[in-house]
Amino acid sequence: MPDLGKYGAEVLSAYGATIVLLVALIWQTWARSRRVKLALKAAEARHSNG
Amino acid sequence: MIGLLIRDLKLAVRAGGGFGLGLSFFLIVSILVPFSVGPDAGLHAVIAPGILWLGALLACLLSLDRIFQLDFEDGSLDLLATAPIPLEGVVAAKAMAHWITTGLPLTLAAPVFGVFLNLPGDGYFWLVVSLALGTPALSMIGAFGAALTVGLKRGGLLLSLLVLPMYIPTLIFGTEAARRGAEGLAVGTPLLMVAGITAGAVALLPFAAAAAIRVNLR
Amino acid sequence: MSIWKYSNPRLFMGWTAKAVPIFAVLAALCISVGLIWGYFFTPDDYRMGATVKIIYIHVPSAMMAINAWVMMLVASLIWLIRRHHVSALAAKAAAPVGVVMTLIALITGAIWGQPMWGTWWVWDPRLTSFLILFLFYLGYLALWAAIEDPDSAADLTSVLCLVGSVFALLSRYAVNFWNQGLHQGASLSLDKEEHVSDVFWQPLVLCMLGFGLLFLALVLIRTRTEIRSRRLAVLDARERNG
Repeated sequence: MPDLGKYGAEVLSAYGATIVLLVALIWQTWARSRRVKLALKAAEARHSNG
Repeated sequence: MIGLLIRDLKLAVRAGGGFGLGLSFFLIVSILVPFSVGPDAGLHAVIAPGILWLGALLACLLSLDRIFQLDFEDGSLDLLATAPIPLEGVVAAKAMAHWITTGLPLTLAAPVFGVFLNLPGDGYFWLVVSLALGTPALSMIGAFGAALTVGLKRGGLLLSLLVLPMYIPTLIFGTEAARRGAEGLAVGTPLLMVAGITAGAVALLPFAAAAAIRVNLR
Repeated sequence: MSIWKYSNPRLFMGWTAKAVPIFAVLAALCISVGLIWGYFFTPDDYRMGATVKIIYIHVPSAMMAINAWVMMLVASLIWLIRRHHVSALAAKAAAPVGVVMTLIALITGAIWGQPMWGTWWVWDPRLTSFLILFLFYLGYLALWAAIEDPDSAADLTSVLCLVGSVFALLSRYAVNFWNQGLHQGASLSLDKEEHVSDVFWQPLVLCMLGFGLLFLALVLIRTRTEIRSRRLAVLDARERNG
């Protein structure tokens, strides 16, 4: 681990905030994609049957 | 187009909403600021040009949704869109009516409120000049924002969110001009920028606003 | 008549199904290698100490914040001129990614500046410009959310993007003007040209590439979601109307 000197808090919080935000974005993107995909599949199934 | 302008002016004055309301709001803001920053007159003098500009800007914002809303609701906007005057001309006339009933009175009233905020002597003239040059831009930009949101039931807050960032350049240059004037420095550059933004807005935004209105009338 | 039959969305769904995993993997690779390299294997800056490590997240995110908006602008123009639905939906899809990038740029920029300036926020011209860009993003997203009819929403937000771009550029100039007289040297200057030697530059390029690929992957996924969402709305409407 590199010695961050007196700037440990800054560097770590910057990286931490970034990772949190990116993970949240990626997760939301994927989750919504999946949700809509499944809903569409269900709707198309109903559409072709009904 | 002149007819439209006069009609809108009459409506604004009769309805009583925009004209007096904007001035009253401006007055209240000018009075509230010393309450929020303390009574130090030296401080007031420093922030006066900025506060007065901000007050005028916010007061302008208040009456923006009225530019198209009433005509949209009673169907007149549809008629205006199909009238012989180009819709861009309609937009320009309405923006001008807005300025005459809002920006112009605010510009003229600003020196009076400047007294409350201990505006330095040199500042009065340049405050009025910068406001006179800048408030038309505020009306025109506001008209564009109003055109975007005209179909919405409660578009007021959204209108503010859309319009306020676009006000920033005019605000920056306007207050710079007023502030420099108050300190006796050269005001050429910021004043030129204010005028330039106004000229550009007045020349180009009617097209964007008209396009937005056509979309909303579909 | 189903929008699914339009060739454009179908072709789009076709090639993106294959492209997205590739971009995603490449993005993950570039970002992880770039960040690990930058974080663990580069020295401290003689002036900024270890905070220079923030460059590997600040610069790429700031770049993408701008690039996302430019992409939205181009996509909006294509929609207005050519009426390709995929273009309009791509612009809509890019905005949330752009706003998060802007937020990251703002937060990392503020944190980076804090040790130098002693306050959590400075009205540095560059940071301020990003703050204004953030506001423009918010307005764009809010307008999409407020308009019900999809085509009208696409039209209005496209016009907003166009006009907003002009004002965003104008604001940049205005903010530089606004801050130049106050106190000199207030900028967190980290122009790439300024003494960013190779030892920092190489992992930085990798991170920028990685963020770019991440943006691409996310926007493609989100555009696909928008296309499906539209198709879903059409089907739902048909069900409701019998």
